[in-house]
Amino acid sequence: MAVTLSERAARHVANYMVKRGKGIGLRLAVRTSGCSGMAYKLEFADTTQPDDVEFESHGVRVLVDPKSMPYLDGTELDYAREGLNEGFKFNNPNVKDACGCGESFNV
Amino acid sequence: MALLQIAEPGESAAPHEHRLAVGIDLGTTNSLVATVRSGLAVVLRDELGRPLLPSVVRYLPDGSCQVGYEAQARQALDPRNAIASVKRFMGRGIADIANHESMPYVFQDGPGMLRMHTVAGLKSPVEVSADILRVLRLRAEAALGGALVGAVITVPAYFDEAQRQATKDAAQLAGLPVLRLLNEPTAAAIAYGLDNAAEGVYAVYDLGGGTFDISILRLSRGIFEVLATGGDSALGGDDFDHRIFCWIIEAADLKPLSVEDASMLLARAREAKEYLTVHGAAPISGRLSSGEIVDLTLTTEIFAEISQTLVAKTMQPVKKALRDAGLSVGEVKGVVMVGGATRMSQVQRAVGEFFRQDPLNNLDPDKVVAIGAATQANLLAGNRAAGDDWLLLDVIPLSLGLETMGGLVEKIIPRNSTIPTARAQEFTTFRDGQTALAIHVVQGERELVSDCRSLARFELRGIPPMVAGAARIRVSFQVDADGLLAVTAREQTSGVEASIVVKPSYGLSDDEIAGMLKDSITHVRDDAQQRALKESQVDAQRLLEAVRAALAADAELLAADELARVHNAIARLEAAALADNRRQIMLAMDDLEADTKDFAARRMDKSIRRAFAGRNINELDSDAAATTTGEHA
Repeated sequence: MAVTLSERAARHVANYMVKRGKGIGLRLAVRTSGCSGMAYKLEFADTTQPDDVEFESHGVRVLVDPKSMPYLDGTELDYAREGLNEGFKFNNPNVKDACGCGESFNV
Repeated sequence: MALLQIAEPGESAAPHEHRLAVGIDLGTTNSLVATVRSGLAVVLRDELGRPLLPSVVRYLPDGSCQVGYEAQARQALDPRNAIASVKRFMGRGIADIANHESMPYVFQDGPGMLRMHTVAGLKSPVEVSADILRVLRLRAEAALGGALVGAVITVPAYFDEAQRQATKDAAQLAGLPVLRLLNEPTAAAIAYGLDNAAEGVYAVYDLGGGTFDISILRLSRGIFEVLATGGDSALGGDDFDHRIFCWIIEAADLKPLSVEDASMLLARAREAKEYLTVHGAAPISGRLSSGEIVDLTLTTEIFAEISQTLVAKTMQPVKKALRDAGLSVGEVKGVVMVGGATRMSQVQRAVGEFFRQDPLNNLDPDKVVAIGAATQANLLAGNRAAGDDWLLLDVIPLSLGLETMGGLVEKIIPRNSTIPTARAQEFTTFRDGQTALAIHVVQGERELVSDCRSLARFELRGIPPMVAGAARIRVSFQVDADGLLAVTAREQTSGVEASIVVKPSYGLSDDEIAGMLKDSITHVRDDAQQRALKESQVDAQRLLEAVRAALAADAELLAADELARVHNAIARLEAAALADNRRQIMLAMDDLEADTKDFAARRMDKSIRRAFAGRNINELDSDAAATTTGEHA
């Protein structure tokens, strides 16, 4: 079981963390979102929870709660640029289909 | 696939509910738009990666316009239709504009605010600014992938009501909701995090392309108070270019130049200036149309010497502003550098020597105002972190008051009151049997009405006849968070009331404003409705697909009657999505969501059971139910 960051994503996270001035790492999670979909959560982490699953990827500490883990296992978080827009992107092998914008998905 | 940003702990937005907000530095020479991404304020660039948008709008015969670099490039060829530095005209009449006769534009003095004749028709400064803001709005929407909830737009600290209102009107015309207007020096101070720093007095030294502003701010309890402002509206980086240009002519001993040669050398002069910010000497070379070759080297020492008087010229307003604020140099806790021209080492040095401390200059001085505005916009849009719930307050720059007998000003709200604010004062009648009272709202620090700026006039009628001095007329002034004023007068015994909102204080009548705004607003509304409909149709399809996929996978989780109900709701939504009624679509979506909520929970349980097969299901089950939030994508 693993959740990883691409090198580019890790570089951006590290940069944001420095500018933010606090935090221990990055927290990835999923939550149910309405009828049948789920949505990602991507947050700075200031604390760990006792049952967090922890990973380290390119120097960034990644925390995932155990309930989200089955949905995120194998995910690589990447940083992408699309036209003028840029941001983080979940490459998640568990996803069967996603909504048009990719913000919510099915497993 | 959506690109996500990192949220503060516990602050993740629901899908499709990100609150996108930007800060806009609507500058005299250049404008910028910035936003906060993953907690970090960044300036948004155009397709070619350029952060700045030159504040130039060129109107074309077909009624369209070019904005930015394209317009700037045509400025020399089409000066009358390429409007630059329009910020100087905002909320101003011809009488307010110095040297208007030397400008290439064909002005027409309107009632209050001037207009310019262009090939695309008569344009007010508000419309020109709106064209700039529209380009920035589109850039931001493309970069953030959605509609904006609003923008914080910066204005100079010395802008009066008329200029602020004109700026707001321009944003409205551009289809940009204004979260608030923010003073430029305050925005720069926010960018440096001074709002979280120690209380005290700060100076903001802003040397832009064509204008110089100095502001003295006091920070106390999270409030920035503008103690004094000053500057020179005809002094900026361009003057330094010109000094270099003159030096080139002198040093190379050139004869009078053609227009092309002059503009080529001026461009070389600017390049040399920029080169000198990081190098000790700059080569200047070029071939004139006569074939003559210019080949010179400008050192920082020579540059400092030839521009010495310009640097000294900025220090005069600095001294005056400090004097106005009643402060000495030693009382200034920090100095913020704003504007590209502050990159010049001789400027840095002069400011450092004057204030006897190193100025704050580690942020890009071109971007610092936009970055501060974006930071504030992010907070105002509600994207704040827990415990970060401060809201920066601003102050009104000039006192607001009323004309009283004898042409005197009675100040109701003194300058530097924090906004929003409301103050009231009681007045009475002057004559026996007086049934009306004229109320003249003015702005300024002077005692005489004739020395202040007139903002609005209205009358309170229907006061019951009484002896002089018996009526009690309560006049209240309310200033909202943008510094805009509403005045109400109420006779207390009879309850008669009259009020006015000071908006077109630059003298445009409501009809004129309405006419000007009407087209764009009708279109804005149409566009917005159209977009909302389209969005809900897309959402409906998304929902339908998701439910169908879920049914295909897990239909056995539903009892026959439940399944029928879901199918029924699907059919209703399919029908609604084909029609043009957004409300029907929303209702049908709500129904389908309600009918599938249990289904979703059961699917979640099922997949968790699958995932945690062999572990204690009951324990996981109750946890999982608690995390089901029921939000919809």
